[in-house]
Amino acid sequence: MSKIYFTSEHEWIKVEADIGTVGITDHAQSALGDVVFVELPPVGKNVAKGGDAAVVESVKAASDVYSPVSGSVTEANQSIVDQPALVNESPEEGAWFFKVKLSNPAELDGLMDRAAYDAFVATL
Amino acid sequence: MSQEEILRTPLYDLHRELGGKMVPFAGYDMPVQYPAGVLAEHLHTRTKAGLFDVSHMGQVRLSGAGVEAALEKLVPGDIQALAAGRVRYTMFTNEQGGILDDLMVSQTGRDLFMVVNAACKAQDIAHLKAGLGAGIKVDVLEDRALLALQGPEAAKVMARFAPAAAEMAFMSWAEMKVGGFDCFVTRSGYTGEDGYEISVHEKDAVALAKKLLAESEVAPIGLGARDSLRLEAGLCLYGSDIDTTTSPIEAGLNWTISKRRRAEGGFAGAATVQKHLAEGAPRLRVGIKPVDKAPARAHTEVQDGKGRKIGEITSGGFGPSLGGPLAMGYVEAAFAEPGTEIQLLVRGTPRPAHVVVLPFVPHRYAISGRKAP
Repeated sequence: MSKIYFTSEHEWIKVEADIGTVGITDHAQSALGDVVFVELPPVGKNVAKGGDAAVVESVKAASDVYSPVSGSVTEANQSIVDQPALVNESPEEGAWFFKVKLSNPAELDGLMDRAAYDAFVATL
Repeated sequence: MSQEEILRTPLYDLHRELGGKMVPFAGYDMPVQYPAGVLAEHLHTRTKAGLFDVSHMGQVRLSGAGVEAALEKLVPGDIQALAAGRVRYTMFTNEQGGILDDLMVSQTGRDLFMVVNAACKAQDIAHLKAGLGAGIKVDVLEDRALLALQGPEAAKVMARFAPAAAEMAFMSWAEMKVGGFDCFVTRSGYTGEDGYEISVHEKDAVALAKKLLAESEVAPIGLGARDSLRLEAGLCLYGSDIDTTTSPIEAGLNWTISKRRRAEGGFAGAATVQKHLAEGAPRLRVGIKPVDKAPARAHTEVQDGKGRKIGEITSGGFGPSLGGPLAMGYVEAAFAEPGTEIQLLVRGTPRPAHVVVLPFVPHRYAISGRKAP
């Protein structure tokens, strides 16, 4: 049973047990435009909630991807490094960025659910 | 500039209709991209023809006896040698030899027609009025739009609306009807491709743009692709690659200054330009190719192999035609030789790169024509 949460910085995190899978939202990829480069954190790296975790670059600009939670990185998605355009094609499915072992699951309480995030995007 | 004061070009409604994503740029609400996206728009321009709205740029007419000599006080370009129907790229220099703006100037045979950058427009006009002296008239052509049609199929498309345009040589100017509308046309551009810049009265701009867009080869192109195209072509962006602190020689724009003007000087900052020509400039604008895939953006520190700062990137990103990252920037003159190994400090990590020859993508200008340079 997994549950998905969203940040106001347009990341999503899908949580199963104590592992969260992190990516950027469809709104984020659309705002970025064509993604041409992705840099992911190395496995084992400790990330902090709201801290820099990855970088995604379009033709126009570079953007930081922040970790929605604190924890240590357990896996990174090499396929989006090899084919950055996947981030535009399936941002909320195949093009996840990294997986993180949550060190403080209570941090999830401060995130939005799908309905709250959709309402937030509608205000932008 | 506040939200209320943002300006629109005559094509604003058309951009919206075409799905353009509008962003503020130099005081104007401009399309950064259309639904096709920057990558597709860039590649379309390199293979077919792209239509750009550059109406935000300033169009100025200079007239009066001795206007050529008068303008030479402000620019290092050889304006007196410019034959009727020819276009020159030059720049306004300041007393320190820095660049106040870069511009295109055409000799029409009766006056000079100039196109300057949008962000510098007001300052340029004041500079012209103050610097040209009495007897020279400065007319700002506020009622004209400017379209650029760029790409290998631009000439074929233009020939359908203005047969004479196909005969024009690169960097030439002519007055002609395009699709029935009176226009000033130059064979020039900012993409490295063959193409035209078309000055048209604002009342005819939408109709002309629609005629060109109706051709199967032509797609609308936004500012995003305009920037990636010019970067691959190694062309300077004012305010990034050249500014008041860079001399034309540091910027590698020596080719814009004729033998006579180098010898005679007589323009603002000539002493610095002549010194840089004689002794070499302390730093030079170069092409920079990162070895790995990470783009290095403007203001990235450039280092030698030992981690000492030797310069800075001024424009950098991803080149869709190149298929990888690319940049331009300034390095100390000793590091300017193509092939020199350097490193770029990207997000705190030194990454290997090389100095390379510009442009990244070869220019494909139409050199042929009646009066090839």
